[in-house]
Amino acid sequence: MPEPTKPQTAPVKMRAKNVNFYYGSFQALYDINLDFATNKVTAMIGPSGCGKSTFLRNLNRINETLRDTRLEGEITLDDENILDQDVTAVRRRIGMVFQRPNPFPKSIFENIIYGPKINGMLKGKNAAEIVETSLRRAALWEETKDKLNESAYALSGGQQQRLCIARALAVNPEVLLLDEPCSALDPIATSKIEDLLITLKHQCTIVIVTHNMQQAARVADTTGFFLLGKLIEHDKTEVIFKNPSRKETEDYITGRFG
Amino acid sequence: MATPAADLRPKYKKALIGGDELAKAFTFLFAALILVVTVLLVLELWRTSSPAKEKFGFGFLTSQLWNPVTDEYGALPFIYGTVLTSFLALLIAVPLGVGAAIYLSELALPRVSNALTFLVELLAAVPSVIFGLLAIFTLVPAMRDYVQPALQKIFSFQPLAPFFDGPTFGVGYLTAGIILAVMTFPFIISVSREALMAVPREQREAALALGATKWESTWQIVLPYAKLGILGSVFLGLARALGETMAVTMVIGNSEAIHQSIISPGYTIAAVIANNFAEASGKMFTSALVELGLVLFALTMLINGFAQLMIVLTTKKGAAKS
Repeated sequence: MPEPTKPQTAPVKMRAKNVNFYYGSFQALYDINLDFATNKVTAMIGPSGCGKSTFLRNLNRINETLRDTRLEGEITLDDENILDQDVTAVRRRIGMVFQRPNPFPKSIFENIIYGPKINGMLKGKNAAEIVETSLRRAALWEETKDKLNESAYALSGGQQQRLCIARALAVNPEVLLLDEPCSALDPIATSKIEDLLITLKHQCTIVIVTHNMQQAARVADTTGFFLLGKLIEHDKTEVIFKNPSRKETEDYITGRFG
Repeated sequence: MATPAADLRPKYKKALIGGDELAKAFTFLFAALILVVTVLLVLELWRTSSPAKEKFGFGFLTSQLWNPVTDEYGALPFIYGTVLTSFLALLIAVPLGVGAAIYLSELALPRVSNALTFLVELLAAVPSVIFGLLAIFTLVPAMRDYVQPALQKIFSFQPLAPFFDGPTFGVGYLTAGIILAVMTFPFIISVSREALMAVPREQREAALALGATKWESTWQIVLPYAKLGILGSVFLGLARALGETMAVTMVIGNSEAIHQSIISPGYTIAAVIANNFAEASGKMFTSALVELGLVLFALTMLINGFAQLMIVLTTKKGAAKS
Protein backbone atom coordinates (compact mmCIF):
# COMPACT_ATOMS: atom_id res chain seq x y z
CA MET A 1 0.00 0.00 0.00
CA PRO A 2 1.48 3.38 -0.97
CA GLU A 3 1.97 5.80 1.89
CA PRO A 4 -0.77 8.44 2.12
CA THR A 5 0.36 11.75 0.74
CA LYS A 6 -0.78 14.56 2.98
CA PRO A 7 0.57 18.05 2.57
CA GLN A 8 -0.90 19.41 5.80
CA THR A 9 -2.11 22.89 5.04
CA ALA A 10 -5.42 23.08 6.87
CA PRO A 11 -7.93 20.86 8.66
CA VAL A 12 -9.16 17.97 6.53
CA LYS A 13 -12.67 18.37 5.08
CA MET A 14 -12.84 15.20 3.00
CA ARG A 15 -10.63 12.18 3.03
CA ALA A 16 -10.36 9.18 0.72
CA LYS A 17 -8.99 6.03 2.35
CA ASN A 18 -7.80 3.09 0.25
CA VAL A 19 -10.29 3.74 -2.51
CA ASN A 20 -10.47 1.09 -5.20
CA PHE A 21 -13.01 1.42 -7.97
CA TYR A 22 -14.15 -0.97 -10.70
CA TYR A 23 -16.15 -0.61 -13.91
CA GLY A 24 -17.35 -4.20 -14.19
CA SER A 25 -14.15 -6.23 -14.00
CA PHE A 26 -11.93 -3.31 -15.01
CA GLN A 27 -10.19 -1.67 -12.08
CA ALA A 28 -10.05 2.08 -12.64
CA LEU A 29 -8.64 3.24 -9.30
CA TYR A 30 -5.99 1.63 -7.10
CA ASP A 31 -5.72 2.36 -3.39
CA ILE A 32 -6.25 6.09 -3.54
CA ASN A 33 -5.50 7.97 -0.32
CA LEU A 34 -6.09 11.67 -0.57
CA ASP A 35 -7.02 14.46 1.85
CA PHE A 36 -8.91 17.59 0.88
CA ALA A 37 -8.15 20.58 3.09
CA THR A 38 -10.92 22.83 4.28
CA ASN A 39 -11.38 26.04 2.28
CA LYS A 40 -8.60 25.18 -0.13
CA VAL A 41 -8.60 24.38 -3.82
CA THR A 42 -7.32 20.90 -4.56
CA ALA A 43 -6.55 20.16 -8.21
CA MET A 44 -6.25 16.71 -9.74
CA ILE A 45 -4.22 16.45 -12.93
CA GLY A 46 -3.05 13.64 -15.17
CA PRO A 47 -3.32 12.32 -18.72
CA SER A 48 -6.67 11.23 -20.19
CA GLY A 49 -7.94 8.00 -18.70
CA CYS A 50 -5.80 8.29 -15.57
CA GLY A 51 -8.87 8.03 -13.31
CA LYS A 52 -9.00 11.62 -12.04
CA SER A 53 -12.60 12.20 -13.17
CA THR A 54 -13.64 8.75 -11.99
CA PHE A 55 -12.20 9.55 -8.59
CA LEU A 56 -13.97 12.92 -8.47
CA ARG A 57 -17.27 11.30 -9.38
CA ASN A 58 -16.93 8.98 -6.41
CA LEU A 59 -16.67 11.88 -4.01
CA ASN A 60 -20.40 12.63 -4.39
CA ARG A 61 -21.28 9.03 -5.25
CA ILE A 62 -22.60 10.00 -8.68
CA ASN A 63 -20.74 7.02 -10.12
CA GLU A 64 -23.27 4.82 -8.35
CA THR A 65 -25.81 5.80 -10.99
CA LEU A 66 -23.76 3.99 -13.63
CA ARG A 67 -24.46 0.30 -13.97
CA ASP A 68 -22.07 -2.37 -12.88
CA THR A 69 -19.66 -0.26 -10.83
CA ARG A 70 -18.10 -1.12 -7.46
CA LEU A 71 -16.34 1.02 -4.89
CA GLU A 72 -14.13 -0.25 -2.09
CA GLY A 73 -12.64 1.79 0.71
CA GLU A 74 -13.86 4.77 2.64
CA ILE A 75 -14.63 8.37 1.79
CA THR A 76 -15.24 10.67 4.72
CA LEU A 77 -16.78 14.10 5.00
CA ASP A 78 -16.08 15.69 8.41
CA ASP A 79 -14.76 12.30 9.53
CA GLU A 80 -17.98 10.45 8.73
CA ASN A 81 -18.11 7.88 5.98
CA ILE A 82 -20.37 9.18 3.20
CA LEU A 83 -20.84 5.68 1.87
CA ASP A 84 -22.95 4.86 4.95
CA GLN A 85 -25.13 7.94 4.68
CA ASP A 86 -28.28 8.79 2.75
CA VAL A 87 -27.06 9.52 -0.75
CA THR A 88 -29.32 12.51 -1.43
CA ALA A 89 -28.18 14.18 1.80
CA VAL A 90 -24.55 13.59 0.85
CA ARG A 91 -25.05 15.13 -2.57
CA ARG A 92 -26.78 18.14 -1.03
CA ARG A 93 -23.61 18.81 0.96
CA ILE A 94 -21.24 18.08 -1.93
CA GLY A 95 -22.09 20.04 -5.05
CA MET A 96 -20.87 19.24 -8.55
CA VAL A 97 -20.18 21.11 -11.77
CA PHE A 98 -19.76 19.10 -14.96
CA GLN A 99 -17.51 19.21 -18.00
CA ARG A 100 -20.02 20.71 -20.35
CA PRO A 101 -22.49 23.31 -19.12
CA ASN A 102 -25.74 21.45 -18.45
CA PRO A 103 -28.43 23.92 -17.45
CA PHE A 104 -31.97 22.58 -17.29
CA PRO A 105 -34.26 23.63 -20.16
CA LYS A 106 -35.91 26.12 -17.84
CA SER A 107 -35.54 29.79 -17.00
CA ILE A 108 -32.46 31.10 -15.20
CA PHE A 109 -34.55 31.61 -12.07
CA GLU A 110 -35.94 28.07 -12.14
CA ASN A 111 -32.48 26.61 -12.71
CA ILE A 112 -31.18 28.19 -9.51
CA ILE A 113 -34.24 27.47 -7.40
CA TYR A 114 -34.49 23.80 -8.34
CA GLY A 115 -31.98 22.57 -5.76
CA PRO A 116 -33.39 24.57 -2.82
CA LYS A 117 -36.88 23.47 -3.83
CA ILE A 118 -36.25 19.73 -3.82
CA ASN A 119 -34.24 19.99 -0.61
CA GLY A 120 -37.04 21.79 1.22
CA MET A 121 -34.95 24.92 1.74
CA LEU A 122 -37.59 27.40 0.60
CA LYS A 123 -39.68 27.35 3.76
CA GLY A 124 -39.81 30.86 5.23
CA LYS A 125 -37.23 32.04 2.76
CA ASN A 126 -37.50 34.33 -0.16
CA ALA A 127 -36.85 32.48 -3.41
CA ALA A 128 -35.80 35.68 -5.16
CA GLU A 129 -33.25 36.30 -2.44
CA ILE A 130 -31.72 32.84 -2.82
CA VAL A 131 -31.51 33.34 -6.57
CA GLU A 132 -29.82 36.71 -6.21
CA THR A 133 -27.32 35.50 -3.61
CA SER A 134 -26.41 32.44 -5.66
CA LEU A 135 -25.97 34.41 -8.87
CA ARG A 136 -23.86 36.99 -7.06
CA ARG A 137 -21.65 34.27 -5.60
CA ALA A 138 -21.12 32.97 -9.13
CA ALA A 139 -20.42 36.51 -10.41
CA LEU A 140 -23.34 36.28 -12.80
CA TRP A 141 -25.87 38.60 -11.19
CA GLU A 142 -25.04 41.76 -13.13
CA GLU A 143 -25.34 39.96 -16.45
CA THR A 144 -28.60 38.18 -15.70
CA LYS A 145 -30.60 40.29 -13.26
CA ASP A 146 -32.83 41.69 -16.01
CA LYS A 147 -33.56 38.37 -17.67
CA LEU A 148 -34.13 35.90 -14.88
CA ASN A 149 -37.20 34.53 -16.59
CA GLU A 150 -35.50 33.89 -19.88
CA SER A 151 -34.33 30.45 -20.91
CA ALA A 152 -30.92 29.44 -19.57
CA TYR A 153 -30.03 28.43 -23.11
CA ALA A 154 -30.06 32.10 -24.13
CA LEU A 155 -26.80 32.56 -22.18
CA SER A 156 -23.33 32.09 -23.66
CA GLY A 157 -21.36 28.93 -22.87
CA GLY A 158 -19.28 30.63 -20.19
CA GLN A 159 -22.37 32.19 -18.61
CA GLN A 160 -24.11 28.81 -18.68
CA GLN A 161 -21.21 27.25 -16.82
CA ARG A 162 -21.31 30.01 -14.18
CA LEU A 163 -25.06 29.44 -13.98
CA CYS A 164 -24.34 25.78 -13.25
CA ILE A 165 -21.94 26.88 -10.51
CA ALA A 166 -24.62 29.21 -9.12
CA ARG A 167 -27.12 26.35 -9.26
CA ALA A 168 -24.76 24.15 -7.28
CA LEU A 169 -24.10 26.95 -4.76
CA ALA A 170 -27.80 27.57 -4.20
CA VAL A 171 -28.04 24.62 -1.81
CA ASN A 172 -25.01 25.88 0.17
CA PRO A 173 -22.72 22.90 -0.37
CA GLU A 174 -19.73 22.45 1.92
CA VAL A 175 -17.66 21.00 -0.89
CA LEU A 176 -17.77 21.88 -4.59
CA LEU A 177 -16.52 19.34 -7.12
CA LEU A 178 -15.65 20.56 -10.62
CA ASP A 179 -15.00 18.10 -13.42
CA GLU A 180 -12.92 19.94 -16.07
CA PRO A 181 -15.32 22.89 -15.86
CA CYS A 182 -13.52 24.96 -18.49
CA SER A 183 -12.84 22.35 -21.15
CA ALA A 184 -15.67 23.64 -23.34
CA LEU A 185 -14.96 27.34 -22.75
CA ASP A 186 -12.87 30.05 -24.40
CA PRO A 187 -9.92 31.66 -22.54
CA ILE A 188 -11.87 34.69 -21.33
CA ALA A 189 -14.71 32.61 -19.90
CA THR A 190 -12.07 30.30 -18.41
CA SER A 191 -10.29 33.10 -16.60
CA LYS A 192 -13.60 34.34 -15.18
CA ILE A 193 -14.28 30.91 -13.74
CA GLU A 194 -10.77 30.67 -12.32
CA ASP A 195 -11.14 34.05 -10.58
CA LEU A 196 -14.45 32.85 -9.25
CA LEU A 197 -12.94 29.67 -7.77
CA ILE A 198 -10.31 31.67 -5.91
CA THR A 199 -13.05 33.78 -4.24
CA LEU A 200 -15.31 30.82 -3.64
CA LYS A 201 -12.79 28.82 -1.65
CA HIS A 202 -13.40 31.09 1.32
CA GLN A 203 -16.94 29.73 1.41
CA CYS A 204 -16.42 26.10 0.58
CA THR A 205 -13.83 23.45 -0.08
CA ILE A 206 -13.09 23.08 -3.79
CA VAL A 207 -11.90 20.05 -5.72
CA ILE A 208 -11.18 20.52 -9.41
CA VAL A 209 -10.19 18.05 -12.09
CA THR A 210 -8.37 19.67 -14.98
CA HIS A 211 -6.36 18.58 -17.98
CA ASN A 212 -4.85 22.04 -18.10
CA MET A 213 -1.71 22.22 -15.96
CA GLN A 214 -1.54 26.02 -16.07
CA GLN A 215 -5.04 26.09 -14.66
CA ALA A 216 -4.02 23.92 -11.74
CA ALA A 217 -1.00 26.14 -11.19
CA ARG A 218 -3.18 29.25 -11.20
CA VAL A 219 -6.01 28.20 -8.91
CA ALA A 220 -4.96 25.26 -6.75
CA ASP A 221 -3.40 25.27 -3.29
CA THR A 222 -2.46 21.62 -3.59
CA THR A 223 -2.29 19.37 -6.62
CA GLY A 224 -2.51 15.62 -7.01
CA PHE A 225 -1.05 13.82 -10.00
CA PHE A 226 -2.85 10.71 -11.26
CA LEU A 227 -1.44 8.09 -13.60
CA LEU A 228 -3.03 4.81 -14.67
CA GLY A 229 -5.53 4.79 -11.83
CA LYS A 230 -3.00 5.56 -9.14
CA LEU A 231 -2.32 8.73 -7.22
CA ILE A 232 1.39 9.25 -7.84
CA GLU A 233 1.91 12.34 -5.77
CA HIS A 234 -0.05 15.00 -3.90
CA ASP A 235 1.62 18.11 -2.59
CA LYS A 236 1.53 21.88 -2.49
CA THR A 237 0.99 23.11 -6.03
CA GLU A 238 4.31 24.94 -6.29
CA VAL A 239 6.14 21.82 -5.12
CA ILE A 240 4.39 19.66 -7.73
CA PHE A 241 5.23 22.07 -10.52
CA LYS A 242 8.72 23.14 -9.45
CA ASN A 243 10.15 20.32 -7.45
CA PRO A 244 8.15 17.11 -7.70
CA SER A 245 9.49 14.17 -5.75
CA ARG A 246 8.48 11.50 -8.25
CA LYS A 247 9.97 11.04 -11.68
CA GLU A 248 6.58 10.32 -13.32
CA THR A 249 5.27 13.65 -12.13
CA GLU A 250 8.28 15.46 -13.45
CA ASP A 251 7.98 13.74 -16.83
CA TYR A 252 4.34 14.76 -17.09
CA ILE A 253 4.87 18.33 -15.91
CA THR A 254 7.72 18.87 -18.34
CA GLY A 255 5.63 17.49 -21.18
CA ARG A 256 7.57 14.31 -21.80
CA PHE A 257 4.23 12.48 -22.17
CA GLY A 258 0.49 12.97 -21.83
CA MET B 1 -16.30 36.75 -71.32
CA ALA B 2 -18.15 34.60 -73.80
CA THR B 3 -17.64 30.87 -73.47
CA PRO B 4 -17.62 28.85 -76.69
CA ALA B 5 -20.12 26.03 -76.80
CA ALA B 6 -17.32 23.55 -77.41
CA ASP B 7 -15.89 24.33 -74.00
CA LEU B 8 -19.18 23.83 -72.29
CA ARG B 9 -19.92 20.40 -73.62
CA PRO B 10 -17.25 18.37 -71.83
CA LYS B 11 -18.13 20.13 -68.60
CA TYR B 12 -21.78 19.29 -69.01
CA LYS B 13 -20.93 15.71 -69.88
CA LYS B 14 -18.74 15.42 -66.82
CA ALA B 15 -21.52 16.63 -64.58
CA LEU B 16 -23.84 14.05 -66.08
CA ILE B 17 -21.36 11.24 -65.72
CA GLY B 18 -20.45 12.37 -62.24
CA GLY B 19 -24.16 12.12 -61.59
CA ASP B 20 -24.75 15.39 -59.77
CA GLU B 21 -27.28 16.81 -62.18
CA LEU B 22 -28.84 13.46 -62.85
CA ALA B 23 -29.17 12.62 -59.18
CA LYS B 24 -30.69 16.00 -58.48
CA ALA B 25 -33.24 15.62 -61.26
CA PHE B 26 -34.27 12.12 -60.26
CA THR B 27 -34.49 12.72 -56.53
CA PHE B 28 -36.49 15.87 -57.27
CA LEU B 29 -38.94 13.76 -59.24
CA PHE B 30 -39.32 11.31 -56.36
CA ALA B 31 -39.83 14.11 -53.89
CA ALA B 32 -42.37 15.75 -56.18
CA LEU B 33 -44.42 12.55 -56.01
CA ILE B 34 -45.38 13.47 -52.45
CA LEU B 35 -46.99 16.64 -53.68
CA VAL B 36 -48.61 14.93 -56.66
CA VAL B 37 -50.20 12.22 -54.51
CA THR B 38 -51.53 14.72 -51.97
CA VAL B 39 -52.97 17.03 -54.62
CA LEU B 40 -54.54 14.15 -56.57
CA LEU B 41 -56.06 12.76 -53.39
CA VAL B 42 -57.72 16.03 -52.44
CA LEU B 43 -58.84 16.74 -56.00
CA GLU B 44 -60.42 13.33 -56.40
CA LEU B 45 -62.16 13.45 -53.02
CA TRP B 46 -63.38 16.94 -53.85
CA ARG B 47 -64.59 16.02 -57.33
CA THR B 48 -66.37 12.78 -56.39
CA SER B 49 -68.09 14.32 -53.41
CA SER B 50 -69.39 17.36 -55.28
CA PRO B 51 -73.00 16.08 -55.73
CA ALA B 52 -73.28 15.65 -51.96
CA LYS B 53 -71.61 19.00 -51.31
CA GLU B 54 -73.99 20.75 -53.68
CA LYS B 55 -77.07 19.15 -52.17
CA PHE B 56 -76.30 19.42 -48.46
CA GLY B 57 -73.77 22.28 -48.20
CA PHE B 58 -72.40 22.86 -44.73
CA GLY B 59 -75.51 21.17 -43.35
CA PHE B 60 -73.68 17.93 -44.05
CA LEU B 61 -71.41 18.61 -41.09
CA THR B 62 -74.19 19.46 -38.66
CA SER B 63 -76.98 17.09 -39.68
CA GLN B 64 -77.61 13.93 -37.69
CA LEU B 65 -79.75 12.35 -40.34
CA TRP B 66 -78.38 9.36 -42.26
CA ASN B 67 -80.96 7.80 -44.49
CA PRO B 68 -79.95 6.01 -47.72
CA VAL B 69 -83.61 5.33 -48.55
CA THR B 70 -84.56 9.00 -48.77
CA ASP B 71 -81.04 9.91 -49.88
CA GLU B 72 -80.46 12.28 -46.98
CA TYR B 73 -77.07 12.33 -45.34
CA GLY B 74 -75.43 14.09 -42.38
CA ALA B 75 -71.98 13.46 -40.91
CA LEU B 76 -72.29 14.63 -37.32
CA PRO B 77 -72.81 11.24 -35.60
CA PHE B 78 -69.70 9.90 -37.33
CA ILE B 79 -67.56 12.94 -36.59
CA TYR B 80 -68.71 12.69 -32.99
CA GLY B 81 -67.90 8.97 -32.86
CA THR B 82 -64.47 9.46 -34.42
CA VAL B 83 -63.46 12.23 -32.05
CA LEU B 84 -64.94 10.52 -28.97
CA THR B 85 -63.33 7.12 -29.56
CA SER B 86 -59.96 8.73 -30.31
CA PHE B 87 -60.24 10.87 -27.20
CA LEU B 88 -61.06 7.83 -25.04
CA ALA B 89 -58.18 5.95 -26.62
CA LEU B 90 -55.68 8.69 -25.76
CA LEU B 91 -57.12 9.07 -22.28
CA ILE B 92 -56.19 5.45 -21.65
CA ALA B 93 -53.08 5.07 -23.79
CA VAL B 94 -51.14 8.24 -22.92
CA PRO B 95 -50.67 7.66 -19.17
CA LEU B 96 -50.02 3.94 -19.71
CA GLY B 97 -47.69 4.49 -22.65
CA VAL B 98 -45.66 7.29 -21.08
CA GLY B 99 -45.50 5.38 -17.81
CA ALA B 100 -44.24 2.27 -19.56
CA ALA B 101 -41.72 4.36 -21.51
CA ILE B 102 -40.38 5.80 -18.25
CA TYR B 103 -39.92 2.31 -16.88
CA LEU B 104 -38.20 1.07 -20.04
CA SER B 105 -35.82 3.98 -20.42
CA GLU B 106 -35.08 4.95 -16.81
CA LEU B 107 -35.67 2.09 -14.44
CA ALA B 108 -35.52 -1.29 -16.14
CA LEU B 109 -32.32 -3.29 -16.52
CA PRO B 110 -31.02 -2.95 -20.10
CA ARG B 111 -31.75 -6.58 -20.86
CA VAL B 112 -35.35 -6.35 -19.67
CA SER B 113 -35.81 -3.05 -21.47
CA ASN B 114 -34.54 -4.41 -24.78
CA ALA B 115 -36.68 -7.53 -24.58
CA LEU B 116 -39.82 -5.55 -23.78
CA THR B 117 -39.08 -2.98 -26.47
CA PHE B 118 -38.80 -5.79 -29.01
CA LEU B 119 -42.26 -7.00 -27.96
CA VAL B 120 -43.65 -3.48 -28.17
CA GLU B 121 -42.41 -3.14 -31.73
CA LEU B 122 -43.90 -6.51 -32.56
CA LEU B 123 -47.22 -5.34 -31.14
CA ALA B 124 -47.11 -2.23 -33.32
CA ALA B 125 -46.85 -4.43 -36.41
CA VAL B 126 -49.89 -6.62 -35.66
CA PRO B 127 -52.58 -6.07 -38.36
CA SER B 128 -55.61 -4.26 -37.03
CA VAL B 129 -58.03 -7.02 -38.06
CA ILE B 130 -56.31 -9.27 -35.52
CA PHE B 131 -56.96 -6.73 -32.81
CA GLY B 132 -60.56 -6.60 -34.02
CA LEU B 133 -60.95 -10.38 -33.70
CA LEU B 134 -59.36 -10.32 -30.27
CA ALA B 135 -61.80 -7.60 -29.27
CA ILE B 136 -64.86 -9.47 -30.56
CA PHE B 137 -63.99 -12.71 -28.79
CA THR B 138 -62.64 -11.38 -25.50
CA LEU B 139 -63.14 -7.66 -25.00
CA VAL B 140 -66.77 -7.41 -26.09
CA PRO B 141 -68.07 -10.21 -23.79
CA ALA B 142 -66.00 -8.89 -20.90
CA MET B 143 -67.34 -5.38 -21.45
CA ARG B 144 -70.93 -6.69 -21.68
CA ASP B 145 -70.84 -8.95 -18.65
CA TYR B 146 -68.50 -7.14 -16.27
CA VAL B 147 -67.08 -3.74 -17.20
CA GLN B 148 -70.17 -1.93 -18.43
CA PRO B 149 -72.45 -3.10 -15.55
CA ALA B 150 -69.68 -2.20 -13.09
CA LEU B 151 -69.27 1.26 -14.60
CA GLN B 152 -73.03 1.81 -14.38
CA LYS B 153 -72.93 0.86 -10.71
CA ILE B 154 -69.95 3.07 -9.92
CA PHE B 155 -71.23 6.11 -11.82
CA SER B 156 -74.86 5.86 -10.80
CA PHE B 157 -74.84 9.40 -9.38
CA GLN B 158 -75.60 12.70 -11.13
CA PRO B 159 -74.22 14.31 -13.20
CA LEU B 160 -72.17 11.36 -14.44
CA ALA B 161 -74.93 8.76 -14.73
CA PRO B 162 -76.13 9.74 -18.26
CA PHE B 163 -72.63 9.07 -19.62
CA PHE B 164 -72.89 5.40 -18.59
CA ASP B 165 -76.58 4.88 -19.29
CA GLY B 166 -78.39 2.32 -21.41
CA PRO B 167 -78.35 -1.39 -22.15
CA THR B 168 -74.99 -3.14 -22.02
CA PHE B 169 -74.33 -4.55 -25.47
CA GLY B 170 -70.60 -4.91 -25.04
CA VAL B 171 -69.92 -3.01 -28.25
CA GLY B 172 -69.83 0.78 -28.36
CA TYR B 173 -67.73 3.93 -28.05
CA LEU B 174 -65.86 2.79 -24.96
CA THR B 175 -65.05 -0.65 -26.36
CA ALA B 176 -63.73 0.96 -29.55
CA GLY B 177 -61.77 3.43 -27.44
CA ILE B 178 -60.16 0.61 -25.48
CA ILE B 179 -59.14 -1.37 -28.55
CA LEU B 180 -57.79 1.83 -30.10
CA ALA B 181 -55.85 2.42 -26.90
CA VAL B 182 -54.32 -1.03 -27.19
CA MET B 183 -53.35 -0.24 -30.77
CA THR B 184 -51.87 3.22 -30.15
CA PHE B 185 -50.13 2.22 -26.92
CA PRO B 186 -47.09 0.61 -28.69
CA PHE B 187 -46.49 3.74 -30.77
CA ILE B 188 -46.63 5.97 -27.72
CA ILE B 189 -44.27 3.71 -25.78
CA SER B 190 -41.68 3.33 -28.47
CA VAL B 191 -41.52 6.99 -29.53
CA SER B 192 -41.62 8.26 -25.93
CA ARG B 193 -38.91 5.82 -24.95
CA GLU B 194 -36.69 7.10 -27.74
CA ALA B 195 -37.33 10.67 -26.62
CA LEU B 196 -36.50 9.85 -22.99
CA MET B 197 -33.34 7.97 -23.93
CA ALA B 198 -32.19 10.95 -25.99
CA VAL B 199 -32.09 13.14 -22.86
CA PRO B 200 -28.38 13.72 -22.09
CA ARG B 201 -26.99 11.89 -19.08
CA GLU B 202 -25.65 15.24 -17.83
CA GLN B 203 -29.23 16.40 -17.24
CA ARG B 204 -29.96 13.48 -14.95
CA GLU B 205 -26.62 13.86 -13.18
CA ALA B 206 -27.14 17.60 -12.68
CA ALA B 207 -30.36 16.90 -10.81
CA LEU B 208 -28.93 13.97 -8.84
CA ALA B 209 -25.87 16.02 -7.87
CA LEU B 210 -28.19 18.62 -6.32
CA GLY B 211 -29.65 15.97 -4.04
CA ALA B 212 -32.62 14.91 -6.16
CA THR B 213 -33.87 11.35 -5.87
CA LYS B 214 -33.96 9.18 -8.96
CA TRP B 215 -37.68 9.77 -9.29
CA GLU B 216 -37.40 13.54 -8.81
CA SER B 217 -34.78 13.68 -11.52
CA THR B 218 -36.93 11.56 -13.85
CA TRP B 219 -40.20 13.36 -13.23
CA GLN B 220 -39.00 16.95 -12.90
CA ILE B 221 -36.01 17.06 -15.26
CA VAL B 222 -35.93 14.17 -17.73
CA LEU B 223 -39.63 14.16 -18.58
CA PRO B 224 -39.90 17.93 -19.24
CA TYR B 225 -36.72 17.75 -21.34
CA ALA B 226 -38.33 15.06 -23.50
CA LYS B 227 -41.77 16.67 -23.66
CA LEU B 228 -41.62 17.53 -27.36
CA GLY B 229 -40.84 13.94 -28.31
CA ILE B 230 -43.56 12.68 -25.99
CA LEU B 231 -46.05 15.13 -27.49
CA GLY B 232 -45.01 13.84 -30.89
CA SER B 233 -45.75 10.28 -29.80
CA VAL B 234 -49.19 11.33 -28.61
CA PHE B 235 -50.05 12.89 -31.95
CA LEU B 236 -48.74 9.89 -33.80
CA GLY B 237 -51.07 7.79 -31.66
CA LEU B 238 -53.95 10.18 -32.31
CA ALA B 239 -53.38 10.02 -36.06
CA ARG B 240 -53.59 6.25 -35.90
CA ALA B 241 -56.71 6.33 -33.72
CA LEU B 242 -58.56 8.78 -35.97
CA GLY B 243 -58.04 6.78 -39.13
CA GLU B 244 -58.18 3.26 -37.74
CA THR B 245 -60.87 1.35 -39.58
CA MET B 246 -60.96 -2.41 -39.27
CA ALA B 247 -60.80 -3.03 -35.52
CA VAL B 248 -63.16 -0.17 -34.79
CA THR B 249 -65.68 -1.30 -37.37
CA MET B 250 -65.80 -4.67 -35.62
CA VAL B 251 -66.63 -3.33 -32.14
CA ILE B 252 -68.20 0.12 -32.50
CA GLY B 253 -71.75 -1.18 -32.79
CA ASN B 254 -72.70 0.63 -36.02
CA SER B 255 -75.38 2.97 -34.74
CA GLU B 256 -75.98 6.03 -36.92
CA ALA B 257 -76.94 8.36 -34.11
CA ILE B 258 -75.30 10.41 -31.39
CA HIS B 259 -75.49 8.91 -27.92
CA GLN B 260 -74.46 10.66 -24.77
CA SER B 261 -73.58 7.39 -23.05
CA ILE B 262 -70.07 6.16 -23.81
CA ILE B 263 -71.16 2.53 -23.42
CA SER B 264 -73.75 2.74 -26.16
CA PRO B 265 -73.09 1.73 -29.78
CA GLY B 266 -71.92 4.40 -32.22
CA TYR B 267 -70.09 4.84 -35.49
CA THR B 268 -66.91 6.41 -36.77
CA ILE B 269 -66.19 7.97 -40.16
CA ALA B 270 -63.76 5.26 -41.18
CA ALA B 271 -66.14 2.51 -40.06
CA VAL B 272 -69.15 3.88 -41.91
CA ILE B 273 -67.16 4.15 -45.14
CA ALA B 274 -65.82 0.61 -44.79
CA ASN B 275 -69.23 -0.86 -43.99
CA ASN B 276 -71.21 0.90 -46.70
CA PHE B 277 -69.03 1.49 -49.69
CA ALA B 278 -69.34 -1.98 -51.22
CA GLU B 279 -73.12 -1.84 -51.21
CA ALA B 280 -73.50 1.85 -51.88
CA SER B 281 -76.13 2.19 -54.59
CA GLY B 282 -76.91 5.48 -56.15
CA LYS B 283 -74.73 8.43 -56.94
CA MET B 284 -75.71 10.46 -53.91
CA PHE B 285 -74.92 7.68 -51.39
CA THR B 286 -71.45 7.15 -52.89
CA SER B 287 -70.86 10.86 -53.03
CA ALA B 288 -71.84 11.29 -49.37
CA LEU B 289 -69.42 8.54 -48.36
CA VAL B 290 -66.60 10.20 -50.28
CA GLU B 291 -67.44 13.49 -48.61
CA LEU B 292 -67.09 11.69 -45.29
CA GLY B 293 -63.61 10.72 -46.44
CA LEU B 294 -62.88 14.34 -47.19
CA VAL B 295 -64.08 15.30 -43.72
CA LEU B 296 -61.79 12.71 -42.12
CA PHE B 297 -58.89 13.99 -44.21
CA ALA B 298 -59.60 17.56 -43.12
CA LEU B 299 -59.99 16.48 -39.49
CA THR B 300 -56.58 14.78 -39.53
CA MET B 301 -55.00 17.82 -41.20
CA LEU B 302 -56.57 20.11 -38.62
CA ILE B 303 -55.28 18.07 -35.70
CA ASN B 304 -51.81 17.74 -37.20
CA GLY B 305 -51.69 21.48 -37.83
CA PHE B 306 -52.72 22.08 -34.25
CA ALA B 307 -49.96 19.72 -33.12
CA GLN B 308 -47.35 21.60 -35.14
CA LEU B 309 -48.57 24.87 -33.69
CA MET B 310 -48.32 23.51 -30.16
CA ILE B 311 -44.80 22.30 -30.78
CA VAL B 312 -43.76 25.70 -32.15
CA LEU B 313 -45.33 27.47 -29.18
CA THR B 314 -43.70 25.24 -26.57
CA THR B 315 -40.31 25.55 -28.27
CA LYS B 316 -40.56 29.32 -28.23
CA LYS B 317 -41.17 29.29 -24.51
CA GLY B 318 -37.58 28.21 -24.02
CA ALA B 319 -37.87 24.46 -24.06
CA ALA B 320 -35.10 22.05 -24.87
CA LYS B 321 -33.13 22.34 -28.04
CA SER B 322 -33.55 19.09 -29.88
